[in-house]
Amino acid sequence: MALLMKGNEAIAEAAIQAGCRLFYGYPITPSTEIPEYMAKKMKAVGGTYLQAESEIAAIYMVYGAGAVGERVMTGTSSPGFSLMQEGLSFLFAAEIPCVIVDVMRGGPGLGGLGPTQADYFQLTKGGGHGDYHAIVLAPFSVQEMVDLTKEAFDLADYYRNLVIIAADGILGQMMEPVEFPPVAGRKLEPKTWAASGAEGRPKNNVLSYYLTPELGEAENLRWGEKMSRIKETEQRFVEYEMEDADYAFVAFGTSSRITETAVDMLREEGIKVGLYRPVTLWPFPEKGLTARLNQIKGWMSIELSAGQMVDDVKLVVNGKAPVGFYGRQGGMTPEPEEVAAAFKAQLLGGE
Amino acid sequence: MKAIFTKTAGLSDRPFHYCPGCTHGIIHRLIGELLEEMNLIEHTIGVAPVGCSGFCENYFTCDMIGAAHGRAVAVATGAKRARPDRFIFTYQGDGDGASIGLAETMSAAARGEKITSIFVNNCIYGMTGGQMAPTSLVGQKTSTSPYGRDAATMGYPLDLPKVLTQIEGAVYVASVSVDSPQAIKDAKKVLRKAFQVQLDGLGYSFVSILSTCPTNWGVNPVEALEWLQTKMKPHFALGELKVPATEGGSEA
Ligand SMILES: Cc1ncc(C[n+]2csc(CCOP(=O)(O)OP(=O)(O)O)c2C)c(N)n1
Ligand code: SF4
Repeated sequence: MALLMKGNEAIAEAAIQAGCRLFYGYPITPSTEIPEYMAKKMKAVGGTYLQAESEIAAIYMVYGAGAVGERVMTGTSSPGFSLMQEGLSFLFAAEIPCVIVDVMRGGPGLGGLGPTQADYFQLTKGGGHGDYHAIVLAPFSVQEMVDLTKEAFDLADYYRNLVIIAADGILGQMMEPVEFPPVAGRKLEPKTWAASGAEGRPKNNVLSYYLTPELGEAENLRWGEKMSRIKETEQRFVEYEMEDADYAFVAFGTSSRITETAVDMLREEGIKVGLYRPVTLWPFPEKGLTARLNQIKGWMSIELSAGQMVDDVKLVVNGKAPVGFYGRQGGMTPEPEEVAAAFKAQLLGGE
Repeated sequence: MKAIFTKTAGLSDRPFHYCPGCTHGIIHRLIGELLEEMNLIEHTIGVAPVGCSGFCENYFTCDMIGAAHGRAVAVATGAKRARPDRFIFTYQGDGDGASIGLAETMSAAARGEKITSIFVNNCIYGMTGGQMAPTSLVGQKTSTSPYGRDAATMGYPLDLPKVLTQIEGAVYVASVSVDSPQAIKDAKKVLRKAFQVQLDGLGYSFVSILSTCPTNWGVNPVEALEWLQTKMKPHFALGELKVPATEGGSEA
């Protein structure tokens, strides 16, 4: 049976269904429905919602709960996400699984409450210190928010890595019909590494430091291998009208919904264009894009930012075709007509 | 032959990395003994700070989590809420608990988190080589107050346990030292009570322990004890500053 739900609430419900029983957070628009939903629902399932004193505290509470081996989540929006960055670096180094939701809003600074995708660099390149990556999942509908949230917990446990759900103000706030089908889930190892009390076993330490540069390098190489494994196996994307396309847009989340309409409009004019939609922002789905390189005459990244993902598109296209960009900022979203016009101006020479 | 003194099962065989005359080791020993005596080793999750004691997970034989600088109390909160059946303590320096992590300490106290913080006050940043701490005394020379802490521009030392007594959720607050055999015995008694407060589910328990840092104070180990006794003690409230209501108190 389909339910009509807000994106933020759907994420929260999916987390509970995925076995998350701990939520630590600090309210911030446009993500506040996540803590509110958790505050309401956790009690009934014997879980805990705790309002932290700040996002810094929230992310380290996540660190503590993850370190003892429990499924845990926090949700925030851009300024709060910025505050968490040191914690993300520590979570990575200590290999503590957890799920973090960033419902992006306008920036820089306090910015505005409207939707953006301007945290892309921070999400995918590592906003904290050191060589690390989170697995970053970018839903484009409320249903996908459910499906990816459930999967996020499995991915986090499987790789012992932090997973971030990257949404934005529109996705968080909009209502769509959703279903919560049961999922089989991955086969997961017991968390024998967790610091959960050394009953009947040798003690465990969950740490993020190393004492010598030699060890430091070895640890970084080991993490690097894990990153390579994730890159190899977890790239995800969805293609729309790509089969016979001459040109392709690249867009995720809210901007991909707008771009889909632009694709339909351009196709009505007889222009063969498609949409390549990354579902994992990290790892960036370069395989699927590479497979289309010989086919596509020009690419165009559509983002709610000054142009961030476009850098990754250019890296993959590597000069084999022109790469255009169009974006709106500060909480504004483009109309499909604008997208189509920008495409014509940049890739069809103003046709 | 009857052994009259043995190593505690609460501590490992790893030799301490602390400087000669540093009292971090004595404090470790007290905690290790209590974990053993109270039968807590297998039920405890300790949280290590960043600071000189940031490697204490090598010494305690319970499970340990290493926090970021200042975040031990938040980590402990997250762990305790996840595993309310576990005994959870933080071990922190004064910079960790009273400067960068002050908000975490105060907020956990306000929420009455059922955890125990052991706060080791040596009036200086030991780990990073002797910079001014939130607890440094007025006039105290450190590498970042080379002319002495000037109250007009650098303010005054923060007596954190005294402040915590004003917070309802902090149900047991004590401030002790380990500068003499008697003081060590008293410190152990206080720590035992703080542990018991958590086991009884009463709220946040906090024990401040005045500690030496001969290396960064620029004195020898004997002089360090004198420095602690004559310079530090007059500036910090000492004793059991707040006990649970069931013990006839709740007032500072
Ligand atoms: C975010 C961050 N800021 C600064 C530091 C550097 N740092 C490490 S320990 C420390 C102070 C330690 O002093 P204290 O907490 O009093 O413990 P002590 O070493 O004296 O036992 C500082 C400033 C750090 N590791 N992380
Ligand atoms: S620097 Fe100071 S606090 Fe650190 S181990 Fe040495 S004496 Fe102890």
